Amino acid sequence: MFDQIVPAIMVSIIAFFSVYITTPFLIRALEKRNLTVKDYNRVGGAMVPRPGGPTILIGILSSELTLYVFFPQVEILAILITTSLAFVIGIIDDKKVLGGWFKPVALVVAAIPIILLGAYDSELAFPLFGSVRIPALYLALIVIIIPITGNTINSIDVLNGVASGFMTIASFALTVSLFIIQNYEIAIASIPLGLVSLAFYKYHKFPSKIFPGDSGALTLGAMYGAIAIVGHVEIIAAVALLPAVINSFFFLSSVKRIVEHREIKSNPVTHTEDFKLMATTDKDAPVTLVRMILAVGPMTEKQVGFVIFRLALFSASLAVVTAILMGIKI
Amino acid sequence: MREIKIIFFIVSMWLLIIAGGGLLILFTSPISIEGFITVGSLRLYYASMVKAVIAIILVVIWIYVLSKIKNWMFQKQIRH
Repeated sequence: MFDQIVPAIMVSIIAFFSVYITTPFLIRALEKRNLTVKDYNRVGGAMVPRPGGPTILIGILSSELTLYVFFPQVEILAILITTSLAFVIGIIDDKKVLGGWFKPVALVVAAIPIILLGAYDSELAFPLFGSVRIPALYLALIVIIIPITGNTINSIDVLNGVASGFMTIASFALTVSLFIIQNYEIAIASIPLGLVSLAFYKYHKFPSKIFPGDSGALTLGAMYGAIAIVGHVEIIAAVALLPAVINSFFFLSSVKRIVEHREIKSNPVTHTEDFKLMATTDKDAPVTLVRMILAVGPMTEKQVGFVIFRLALFSASLAVVTAILMGIKI
Repeated sequence: MREIKIIFFIVSMWLLIIAGGGLLILFTSPISIEGFITVGSLRLYYASMVKAVIAIILVVIWIYVLSKIKNWMFQKQIRH
């Protein structure tokens, strides 16, 4: 047990502090190069540096490579490569505005190293009922999980601090679940995701000093998906992600096609006179999680963020319950 | 608690995931192809394909049920 505690503490320190220390430098560098975008929900529309993906990647690479020295496992390598490829796809999308299909299709490529390295098990485990072996379907599942988790986190990155805060909660639920099902090495490999997200949240929370951009959101989402696959916790991971899945589900069932959010003409959220967020009355606007939360009445951006975090905490508890139920067979 | 409806929707999704998993295991676990295919690896491959088709059908039903629940739960907000 001691030989696992030392690497766990080391990667935790490296993951958290590498992002915590490097992000202010990135903020200054982005501001210097005028790489900023308007925060439409802020009074006066402040310009916020973007993307924060590079520091997120630094945190993940430095901690996971350290872990790889202790545990040279193919699963850790698969997480590293998939996450790095997702970052490259995200940074391309940050630099150039590409079509709605680019990210899902490109993220399929990011999933391929998991297959090539054989870092998966084709058994899908469900709570209470056991597992089922589906070799053909599981390969298809791998190539769709990464685009789904990547784009799901990207689609929830609509308010200050939401993507990083949500990811912190969901990934810690995944870590706890991995410990419950006694998959200790992957549990340790998942710790950096939560701590990198937490360190980034410090700068991303309302009022944001930096936005993660596509590179940041896709990196976090793809790493989450890769951990779910190599840790055999696909169902638990899906449960922890449910509020973000609901957001994508509402959006897709109202828009009825895959589109880049920049292509949406009608905004689901407008502002009141005192700059609170308010659900739009425009029938053509997509239905989103934020619009549903605001349907009861206007709220500040910070309040909406906390409602999303409460939903994330609820899903995280369901994910932990699901992990406990994995040990029970009926 | 303005998010109470969303919490109920999350619980519905969770229960559907567990029930869907149960159905998937119930329908697909006993499947094995015997008889006319003699090569073992091919038998496994075809059995896996049949399981995949059943799983996809279950996912389509899952999405259909979920969208019905969504329309029923959020009728007022969606029409808003």
